[in-house]
Amino acid sequence: MLSYAFRRVLSAIPIALIAVTVCFFILRLAPGGPFDGERALPPNVLANLRAHYNLDQPLINQYFIYVWRLLHGDLGPSMVVEGFSVSRLIAIGFPFTLTLALTAFVIATAIGVLAGMFAAVNQNKWPDYVLVLLVMVGVIIPNFLMAALLQLWFGVYLGWFPAGGWVTGSWMHLVLPVTVLAWPHAGRISRLMRGSMIEVLGSNYVRTARAKGLGERLVMARHAIKPALIPVVSYLGPGLSYLLTGSLAVEQVFGLPGIGKYFVTAALNRDYGIVLGTTILYMFIILALNLIVDLVYAWLDPKVRYR
Amino acid sequence: MKITTAMKAVTTAGALALMMSSAASAVTLQMHNGGDPGSLDPHKVSGDWENRVVGDYIEGLVTEDAGANPIPGQAESWEISEDGTVYTFHLRDEAMWTDGTPVTAGDFVFAFQRLFDPATASDYAYLQYPIKNAAAINSGEITDFDQLGVKAIDDKTLEITLEAATPFFLDALTHYTAYPVPKHLVEEYGDAWIEMENIVANGPYKIVEWLPGSYVRSEKNEDYYDAENVQIDEVYYHVLEDQAAALNRYRAGEFDILTDFPSDQYSWMQENIPGETHVEPFLGIYYYVINQEVAPFDDVRVREALSISILRDVIGPDILGTGELPAYGWVPPGTGNYVDNAYAPEWASMSYEDRVARATELMTEAGYGPDNPLDLQLRYNTNDNHQRIAVAIAAMWEPIGVNVELFNSEVAVHYDALRAGDFQVGRAGWLLDYNDPSNTLDLLKTGIEQDGTMNWGNNYGRYSNAEFDALLDQASSEQDLAARGQMLADAEKIAMDEFGAIPIYWYVSKNVVKPYITGFEDNAKDVHRTRWLTKSE
Repeated sequence: MLSYAFRRVLSAIPIALIAVTVCFFILRLAPGGPFDGERALPPNVLANLRAHYNLDQPLINQYFIYVWRLLHGDLGPSMVVEGFSVSRLIAIGFPFTLTLALTAFVIATAIGVLAGMFAAVNQNKWPDYVLVLLVMVGVIIPNFLMAALLQLWFGVYLGWFPAGGWVTGSWMHLVLPVTVLAWPHAGRISRLMRGSMIEVLGSNYVRTARAKGLGERLVMARHAIKPALIPVVSYLGPGLSYLLTGSLAVEQVFGLPGIGKYFVTAALNRDYGIVLGTTILYMFIILALNLIVDLVYAWLDPKVRYR
Repeated sequence: MKITTAMKAVTTAGALALMMSSAASAVTLQMHNGGDPGSLDPHKVSGDWENRVVGDYIEGLVTEDAGANPIPGQAESWEISEDGTVYTFHLRDEAMWTDGTPVTAGDFVFAFQRLFDPATASDYAYLQYPIKNAAAINSGEITDFDQLGVKAIDDKTLEITLEAATPFFLDALTHYTAYPVPKHLVEEYGDAWIEMENIVANGPYKIVEWLPGSYVRSEKNEDYYDAENVQIDEVYYHVLEDQAAALNRYRAGEFDILTDFPSDQYSWMQENIPGETHVEPFLGIYYYVINQEVAPFDDVRVREALSISILRDVIGPDILGTGELPAYGWVPPGTGNYVDNAYAPEWASMSYEDRVARATELMTEAGYGPDNPLDLQLRYNTNDNHQRIAVAIAAMWEPIGVNVELFNSEVAVHYDALRAGDFQVGRAGWLLDYNDPSNTLDLLKTGIEQDGTMNWGNNYGRYSNAEFDALLDQASSEQDLAARGQMLADAEKIAMDEFGAIPIYWYVSKNVVKPYITGFEDNAKDVHRTRWLTKSE
């Protein structure tokens, strides 16, 4: 398994290089540049700026400069947030996005798995219908709307939680954003869990376990949960990356200092450095998550073997 | 022994209690500030959200009063030479950076040299081009920075020489491009002088924390010369671009001041939080540019027809909902150094039916009609308000025989196309950098030829009129303000009579201020320095 993991890590390097190259050039195909704002800059100022960021050089040189820096761990400067390197912006924002996403991930996964199991056991009874309803609400309402609604209800009308902002170490400020993020995630997980649990509960080995006189709890704990989790686990990797990238609307509505907003604003501002930097970061996260998920399979499913 | 220990304990407790009580009564202002500052360095910033932060912690020679008029700042007085080209400023003796270093004329000389240094690549350096040799240094033509017209006579006396008399120069000095930077720190740390561990202030506030994406926090600068009159002890400048979310947080009591709000909430706000909304004329113009290099828009009849058939009165009150005033001229009302009788074309007072009839006639003369409609592409940058206005205007143009195709793109693409001349009619806007008519009229000045190509700058429609250009040039060296104002007014009339662009409405500033905040004076520049505000709990 170790050598398998090692090979997977090695194979990530060419993937990363291809992704960086494609991203770099596609970005430059888009019309407009980082200094095309509402007002035209005088040509000498523009020339100064372009020289400052090496944009006056041929594209291919810029590419090699970028890759060279990248290999030294330097993501370059931001062109719009001046005075900040891309690495530093990520260093400030990413831990926050990670906190938000991981909190939502843990809570949503736990709730989703439990709720899915509960619904499966009570199939087509009222707890099942209540769950379906809650899931639908979470999945149907887009998160920017959900964020605004929760902000209005719990922040303005009820005043139970802060309507936004961030105070270091204050969990109260996290409640609403985490709820918005976690809800649809929990919904998807509970549906997966419900479906696979129903399937597992109808399978032959569960019938055997029941037939040999095991109590329902033991059947669930020893025989049903583990195989039922397999589809859920395969969703967890994409699910977490979805939470990480999906934090944009939540961060914007609640005014949180994460990096989600850079995905959109940096692309619109043609802030080449940030777009590439965040893309590379997420590429590595997704590669890593996929690897972890694949390894977890081996533990869950005895049929999976790595060579 | 015991008694002294007890007394110590009592005094310590007392001191603690005192500290706590003073901490509890500290007044904190929670200000919604919109965008995330790109920098805190006055030479690198370019937005009004950055100006709010930077203008509170650094003060220039001249600063703004509560109504945003220029008043003495770090300079307590100045003299202007007879011909209006040499300004001599006398710095305050108390002017001090927060690390205890005095603010000297040398800091200003250093700051201006840094501003124009091509290596600094400052976006807004051109605002201070009235200073002698500034443009030449900024473009790299002159490499000897000592030739810049900013000289230190002694530590507390600064002399600024201009290219020519500039009536708005004092106003331009309130802009952050004219702020000093601490020479001793910039020399030591370079651009990293704005890092939290290095940064100093000479204004009423000092920055203590910056969390990108969330807020900047400043505290009152006790060493500021006017500190005794500064009421707010601490300011949070919150980053929040989502206007609906900002309004929610204002309603939840988390913000004391909103610097923008969603237009569609305006009527609700007027009813439910009456008196808190401040919608005021603001020095800026929303307009459409017409590409006069392509047919048929080089035909003044077509431009006139397009302009007069727009019913501007409905745009502010009905389409936007915030009551922006219709614009028929090019210089916003309230702009300084101007004539009193603003430009008002004859057609503006005609009934709308007559205007449409006249426009149809003009289109027929130009060869267009119901059988032969003019197909036109209207470009705007993606935004709900721009879209609503474009849709409305397209409908107003339909009766005069114009088929409009709407085309929207994101900001960078939009302005790239405008600059390249790759459009027919396009949306644009301009907020004045300084309170002078030349700042908008320059938008219609003929481009300059550089290295064989024309550089049209912000004149996207490429309007060109020799007489207009001559009047602007003449005005730039005219010292008699009244005569200068008249020249500029004549120029405005020429450009508007030729429909060099289509003015649509004058911008308004949209602030929302809690009733317990006082000292918030509405002004056309929309600058409200925190030092003038008070908050009563």
